[in-house]
Amino acid sequence: MSALPQAKTLPGHVVCDGNEAAAWGVVLSRPDMVAVYPITPQTSLVEALAQFAADGTLDTEMVEAEGEHSVLSVLQGACLAGARTYTATSGPGLAFMFEPYLRAPGLRLPMVMSLVTRDTLSPQCVWGGHQDAMSVRDVGWIQVYCESVQEILDTVIMAFRIAEHRDVMLPINVCHDGNYLSFGVCRVDLPDAAGVDAFLGKADTNWHVALDPDRPMGVDPLTGGGGPGAALFARYRKGHCRGMQNALQVIVDTHRDFGDRFGRRHAPLLEEYRLDDAEYAIVTIGSMTGAAKDAVDEARCAGQRAGLIKVKTYRPFPLQAMVQALARVKAVGVVDRSVSFGWNAGPVFQDVLGTLAMLPQRIPAVSFIGGLAGADLTPGHFARALETTAQALAGAVPIAPVWLNENDR
Amino acid sequence: MKLVARPWFDASAVANDLAPIATEPSPMLPGDWRSLRPVVERGKCVKCAVCWLYCPVQCVVEKARWFDFDLATCKGCGICAQECPQRAIVMVEEAA
Repeated sequence: MSALPQAKTLPGHVVCDGNEAAAWGVVLSRPDMVAVYPITPQTSLVEALAQFAADGTLDTEMVEAEGEHSVLSVLQGACLAGARTYTATSGPGLAFMFEPYLRAPGLRLPMVMSLVTRDTLSPQCVWGGHQDAMSVRDVGWIQVYCESVQEILDTVIMAFRIAEHRDVMLPINVCHDGNYLSFGVCRVDLPDAAGVDAFLGKADTNWHVALDPDRPMGVDPLTGGGGPGAALFARYRKGHCRGMQNALQVIVDTHRDFGDRFGRRHAPLLEEYRLDDAEYAIVTIGSMTGAAKDAVDEARCAGQRAGLIKVKTYRPFPLQAMVQALARVKAVGVVDRSVSFGWNAGPVFQDVLGTLAMLPQRIPAVSFIGGLAGADLTPGHFARALETTAQALAGAVPIAPVWLNENDR
Repeated sequence: MKLVARPWFDASAVANDLAPIATEPSPMLPGDWRSLRPVVERGKCVKCAVCWLYCPVQCVVEKARWFDFDLATCKGCGICAQECPQRAIVMVEEAA
């Protein structure tokens, strides 16, 4: 963070899309270095950042790298030198970034990256879906999924504090849905700049590993093989898992403090919606949740005891919170915006299956897959998901996933 | 410019399961595993310093009448022999 105060007075609110909202979050978080390479549907985020840097709204070093592999490599060097860094990518850009992407969490670099989610190729596709993010769900980054444009702005800011917390020290992906959030326009409120400065504090990225002539060290030496190297490698892996587990509490605390300071509260791990006396519930993730809540409201009006569990933090998986939420219901349906090819189901469904093993009683669970490649998930689709889950409660459990958009016209 | 030795980072100041770092140089040098060594034919060397320019590990040392090599550091890559305009360097196999 630069020692100087913000050069410009920032507006109290703006009307913008989700990509620009992320860029406003970056402005307020004041990273020392930003490198971004444009890719659909993230491009307007890059354009907003470039404009902010050009007109003096964002005081940072913008690096124009030749591709995503260089983007993340440049930022790793900056982070090791003590900089607060930011980038954003999507789908094929994430794929091109993969080699340095794997290295960042193992080096415990607290980097922040917006992942504007997009379905993966092929079929050739430029539209939203969670397949890119889900494909990297277990390489050691923290992953959080936003529901609204306002939540994107707020979560980008919170992400810096979560990543740089000394009990965590991990990179974080702030995921927001391509199309529905990236290009969805609405009014967002900006927290005041001085308040964000106080909330985030100074950049704290390289106290543990550094490229610093005053603290000579070898960064990322060969570790492993036989003998004591194997134990050393296991120790770092175990420490990485510990950092991920620590993140759960830090995410909760950070959301609470953000709410206390700025008056906006977002559910940190899971959001339980109308779950108190629910017989069955659906699990959602990302921007689909709004339509799903409408469908739950309608089911309630029709006398159904339906509820909803929204996943905000997906990695680390909030196991205890999910155990508590699922213990309240007798059947669950999980709506995924992506596919686990290995399981013929959705990835979040797999996590829910794992959670069910922790419950005293087995309950029926149904996998729904929808919203791929920009497909709309409407209250009608969710009404069908709720109805199917209610039937599962009565004993009719589909053995294969239900593809919600397969009959759309 | 006066060289000042910096203290190595105190690794005990951070958790030992955090980021992989090393604060002691490996005692192993390339000379421990090199398979070919450069040998200079002193009569042919004209001290043009091409080998000095090209050596990737900067192990070329200057003698009064010729250039030679610090064999603890030389990794035996042979670039010097390849580049020498006088063909004054030959690579010979290290004894087993």
